[in-house]
Amino acid sequence: MDYATLLQLLDTTIRLATPLLFACLAGLYSERAGIFDIGLEGKMLMAAMASASVAYLTGSVWMGVLAGIGASLILAGIHGIASITFRGNQLISGVALNFVASGITVLVAQRLFAQGGRTPPLEGDARFAPITLPFAAALRDVPVIGPLYYEVISGHPFLVYLGFLTVPLTWWVLYRTRFGLRLRAVGENPAAVDTAGISVVGLRFAAVAITGVLCGLAGAYMATALQAGFGREMTAGRGYIALAALIFAKWRPVAALWACLLFGFFQALALRPDVVEGVLQFKVPVTFLDALPYVLTVLVLAGFVGKAIPPRAGGEPYVKER
Amino acid sequence: MAQGGYAIELRGISKAFGPVQANRDISVAVPKGTIHGIIGENGAGKSTLMSILYGFYRADSGEILINGTPTAIPDSQSAIRAGIGMVFQHFKLVQNFTVLENVILGAEEGAMLAGSLSKARKVLGDLSREYELDVDPDAVIEDLSVGHQQRVEILKALYRQADILILDEPTGVLTPAEADHLFRILRGLRDQGKTVILITHKLREIMETTDNVSVMRRGTMVGTVKTAETSPEELAELMVGRKVLLEVEKAPATVGRTVLSVENLSVTDEHGVIRLKGVSFEIKAGEILGIAGVAGNGQSELLEALGGIARATGRVTLNGAELPLSGAGADGRSRRAAGVAHVPEDRQHLGLIMDFAAWENVAFGYHDAPEYQKNALFMDNDALRADTARKMERFDVRPPIPTLPAKSFSGGNQQKIVVAREIERNPDLLLIGQPTRGVDIGAIEFIHKQIVALRDAGKAILLVSVELDEIRSLSDRIAVMFDGKIMGFRDPETTDERELGLLMAGMTGKGEAA
Repeated sequence: MDYATLLQLLDTTIRLATPLLFACLAGLYSERAGIFDIGLEGKMLMAAMASASVAYLTGSVWMGVLAGIGASLILAGIHGIASITFRGNQLISGVALNFVASGITVLVAQRLFAQGGRTPPLEGDARFAPITLPFAAALRDVPVIGPLYYEVISGHPFLVYLGFLTVPLTWWVLYRTRFGLRLRAVGENPAAVDTAGISVVGLRFAAVAITGVLCGLAGAYMATALQAGFGREMTAGRGYIALAALIFAKWRPVAALWACLLFGFFQALALRPDVVEGVLQFKVPVTFLDALPYVLTVLVLAGFVGKAIPPRAGGEPYVKER
Repeated sequence: MAQGGYAIELRGISKAFGPVQANRDISVAVPKGTIHGIIGENGAGKSTLMSILYGFYRADSGEILINGTPTAIPDSQSAIRAGIGMVFQHFKLVQNFTVLENVILGAEEGAMLAGSLSKARKVLGDLSREYELDVDPDAVIEDLSVGHQQRVEILKALYRQADILILDEPTGVLTPAEADHLFRILRGLRDQGKTVILITHKLREIMETTDNVSVMRRGTMVGTVKTAETSPEELAELMVGRKVLLEVEKAPATVGRTVLSVENLSVTDEHGVIRLKGVSFEIKAGEILGIAGVAGNGQSELLEALGGIARATGRVTLNGAELPLSGAGADGRSRRAAGVAHVPEDRQHLGLIMDFAAWENVAFGYHDAPEYQKNALFMDNDALRADTARKMERFDVRPPIPTLPAKSFSGGNQQKIVVAREIERNPDLLLIGQPTRGVDIGAIEFIHKQIVALRDAGKAILLVSVELDEIRSLSDRIAVMFDGKIMGFRDPETTDERELGLLMAGMTGKGEAA
């Protein structure tokens, strides 16, 4: 494998890791606050459909992104009401919302556009264009670093850069701000937060709302940047992969970045069977490569990566004791 | 003592949960700069009253005055603002946070943490020096001992500038030395002008520490007296409403042959941690061996291994016959068949099924007894209910209704149901853990009498309790456990609390750590 191929592979890795990263960080806020969210997938799917539809109808990708965030927030709100206000089972609520999203996205898209549950392809301002970073062209001929900067780092749509910036931002929020301290506390011991005179319900809703916004960005990226429009089940289990990455990362933001890049790399490999064959010197069935990210997901979830201790109050509705 | 006025004055506080009147027209005044004890049996309404004071519940009626000013306390935030700090029985700490992070949680200076953390570090340093409250501000809570965790709770309250500190059953989890240290801290706080409210059911702590004491009984305030002018006997009588025998009456033991012999018994838990590290002892007929120790030092595993619940290694014989410690025969049913009765420490999880009726609970473990069978297929539930009624009568379970679910009984009466089930089978060996945890004084007296009666009938008894007073008054011999090992055996007649306390903390007689 030559350097150019490697750069192509890394470029694809970054593009494919971005939705995972948004979703993974989305899950991080929610789960750090003690609300398990298996519904990342559904929120992404809703956001993808809403953003593609609105972007197509208005011709503005920004309106599309807002619509995606809005749609994801609605699902997040329902999850919050079910699991925080009514203390329902968080897994059941999440699974139910995934089913709802799976059905409703196709239904709405079919109703609006009558193209078999797809949205029409997005063009021009309805889609995110790649951003060329400063000096990318000028530095292109500098050996090694130049192509790396030009091919891998430059030339992505805005949301990719936003996604990677969200990592240090999340770290800073979590470990350097009052909100982060309280968020981490409410996922570990809500009673400590309650007796300190802080609203457990308020904190958890705030966390779930952030999850909604980030899932919205993940879905909008899928439909308006990675691809040009919405197609049924287009998220293809990325919400679950993001959950696996979250566990792999042990609920830490910087580790989440590396985990998502790893999963993104496997997804990129699946797109380049020729490269895999060249490196391994034998033919690997494409279906196997396609399955690889999911196999890794199962391995991670089955606990093959060492013991991951989730936030202690995760999944438990908070009931004030006598 | 009182330096002008009252820190807290409650006037006519009432609170009902549905049909249950938890607090009825309670009035009490706590002078500033004093340690004020509140005692009462379980369910007397102490915790409800304190929860009202800390803003967890709103009183149905009544008035709260803080430093002479009527104050509404609708939530915990208001309580904190009014200068009230609360140290709960079960600590409200975030286990994987540092001391500093726990202290500032909810009392941060601004949206960023850096400033709050450095301020808290400085304040904590000052408080530590002032009140003997030293803890490492950067230590993570889960690495700290229980005593240190409690100090963090006190520091949390002081950091919020609490003038009134409420402690709910603070010594339940402490060694005697840690408890003494705590009381030194509380006296220091009082001497600096703070007001301390101490909720406890331990009469001795009240007598040693408080200036005044209020007694609650069944939701009402029975009276407030100066501690110096009362006695434990008088307080107990006020709590229960009748004369109570505080000392256990028992004749000297007449021991017989060896009933239980334990050699090198070890238990490893599911995480691979060795909880019980090769203990050996014997119990003879007509003898009570009391196991003293702070909770979590292997006592539970000892009971579970002997009761057939936990897998163990070593050698255990009962009346000369070996009891299997793993595999076939190492289960509760085989143990019962062999003559071992077990009153588990946690009666609500291991001793009873809370939603099942009393008569069903009385059958558990003995459900295949011949007298409960109608024929080969069916149980004789009428016989079972009649038997339960008899046992409830004999053990003074109130109300004596076999069809009532276990959860409808008070803690003391639940315990009586379990004890009746086990003792009435006339076992050769009784394993009994925390016999009076959460049990009111009247029932304690009764349960203690039953244990002594069984011993006088020539049975062997293994008693595990974290209440040192209970161990000392019931046992014929005391073994102290620390870190999964027996630190030593003592004679209750000749040992004292100090010596036992040192052993409980892992010190041998020479004062060195084991």
